[in-house]
Amino acid sequence: MPLIDLANPTRFRTLADRILPWLGAATILAFALGLQQAYFAPNDYQQGATVKIMFLHVPSAWLSTMAWGVMSVAALGTLVWRHPLADVAAKSAAPLGAAFTLLCLITGSLWGRPMWGTYWVWDARLTSELVLFLMYLGVIALWHTIDDPGRAARAVAVLTLVGALDLPIIKFSVDWWNTLHQPASVFRVGGSTIDRSMLIPLLIMAIAFTLLFFTLHLAAMRNEIMRRRVRTLLMLRADAAGGH
Amino acid sequence: MRLLGSDLGCIRGGRTVLSGLGFTVSAGEALVVLGPNGVGKSTLLRLVAGLVRRSKGELSLEGGDSELSIGEQAHYLGHLDALKPSLTVRENLTFWSRYLGGSAEPQVVLAAVGLDGIAELPAAYLSAGQRRRLSVARLLAVRRPLWLLDEPTSALDTNAQTALAGFMADHLAGGGLILAAAHGPIGLRAPRELRLGGSS
Amino acid sequence: MTALIALLVRDMRLAIRVGGGAPIGVLFFLIVVTLTPFAIGPDLALLARIGPAILWLGALLASLLALDRLVAADLEDGSLDLILTAGVPLELAVAVKAVAHWLTTGLPLVVAAPLLGLLLNLDPAATGAVALTLLAGTPALTFIGLIGAAVTVTLRRGGLLLAILVLPLTIPVLIFGVAAANAAIVGPMPFATPFTILCGIALLSIVAGTFAAAAALRHAME
Repeated sequence: MPLIDLANPTRFRTLADRILPWLGAATILAFALGLQQAYFAPNDYQQGATVKIMFLHVPSAWLSTMAWGVMSVAALGTLVWRHPLADVAAKSAAPLGAAFTLLCLITGSLWGRPMWGTYWVWDARLTSELVLFLMYLGVIALWHTIDDPGRAARAVAVLTLVGALDLPIIKFSVDWWNTLHQPASVFRVGGSTIDRSMLIPLLIMAIAFTLLFFTLHLAAMRNEIMRRRVRTLLMLRADAAGGH
Repeated sequence: MRLLGSDLGCIRGGRTVLSGLGFTVSAGEALVVLGPNGVGKSTLLRLVAGLVRRSKGELSLEGGDSELSIGEQAHYLGHLDALKPSLTVRENLTFWSRYLGGSAEPQVVLAAVGLDGIAELPAAYLSAGQRRRLSVARLLAVRRPLWLLDEPTSALDTNAQTALAGFMADHLAGGGLILAAAHGPIGLRAPRELRLGGSS
Repeated sequence: MTALIALLVRDMRLAIRVGGGAPIGVLFFLIVVTLTPFAIGPDLALLARIGPAILWLGALLASLLALDRLVAADLEDGSLDLILTAGVPLELAVAVKAVAHWLTTGLPLVVAAPLLGLLLNLDPAATGAVALTLLAGTPALTFIGLIGAAVTVTLRRGGLLLAILVLPLTIPVLIFGVAAANAAIVGPMPFATPFTILCGIALLSIVAGTFAAAAALRHAME
């Protein structure tokens, strides 16, 4: 069916209801396979078994950026095409992006602790993730502060696109800042190259995480549509309460 | 009980808004202050409520509680509704009832103004008329002898205006006093009038 | 008493429901702490040494959030008119509003401080000291801020002016707060000396703030 048909919330809900069980099942399968592969992958000669946090950390990092990409596409949908579902997609993606970023930060912190001796060093990559986390929280705050959903969507859309342009600049700046100050320890993901035996589990986990994102995203969009319906019903009830 | 004002004057922002004003309102009586916009009707009500300082003159409530100020024995209904949009209708009313020392049951009062059906709705969803009715509900929930009403019928439809007229009549019948500012009739039966106008 | 509890509950409800409340204050705190290493470099030893100062500055700035709406909102929607005719002294009303603000903005900052201390490489003892001084100091910040809020209540965009007015008044709190935290971490001064002074200043601020704010509001109404 053409994209514009999906603009009808009821049609979207029916479609979502049909797809969600399949997406959910695919997610579970992918995780089962990925975790199994990760379990049997070899240990790192230097870091031992802790290197396996990488199988959670790296996909989270990828997803944290991808979620902003999804929000940016949705932002274009809101501003350029005024597609009604774009608002919903953007709003639903923000908390998911924040969650994946937080997961990336926590797994990164745990991964680094044995080597650093502390839970946090201002490592370039993790610091960039922290800034991304703050930006997600800002977007979520903006969603909740502006009352009117339409106006909120447009404001957030502008912010999202500005953020999308700014993120590479921030990343570059943080990397540059890091080399400037030369911190006590330099932290590289999985050594300079990733061995093939680790690559396959990593890719499977990445697919699993992506499926997880879209499952949760679809479910969140469905919830948001229902929430908006409730709001409309409340407004109708106030009107119907009679009298002026 | 009698409300007495004599030679009242008020200066706001360097301008003399009221001067040489005198009036009395006795128990069971209503006094409606009439006059064009900007003449000082609202200022007079706020002066009686103690929200605005009087620059000269005397104001007293005979037969009232000497421990309390006049404002604390009056219920002021101004232009603004003192409603918080993020609280529900019921939460708004309950708060004011508790804070101002009212004793009426919120559900009963809401029913009296016809808002009991939407008691759980956030106040943000209310129309202007419904907000006004909620303010009237507050008036009923917190019983005070003197009612200071600033254009009470604005935003109310005919049904609501009739209901308000009934509430006012009940209040007067119970020995209450009403001092109201208005542009025209507000549903009181033959009230006394005080016209402000021209230069003060 | 019922009236004051009703006011406390209402203000806390409003702080939570409208515009973010506690999470936004903590988020601002987090951002300020994050910005610091970008400015001074990620040297962990240095960060640990000035950690208490960074946390205090962050908490100070974050405390000022939402202060300008604390009383301005009530003035603008007519609530202040009713509060003045309630029979409850205005001083008590503003004090209760400030308490509600501290519970929803100040206290979350105190709770968040240990987590942020982690980012600044503070050890648990240092973090505990900072959190304790913040616990004593943030009420002072709220009540001093209350004065600024009351004085700027009639201004449409009083936020920045409020900060300018209030921040110099908070300098003693900042000095003794950081001094107490550092005394606990490195000495040589005993922790009790600056800490009791901090508590004294806090109590003074609560009283002075309440009366000054009530007076300012009355003048604003005229």
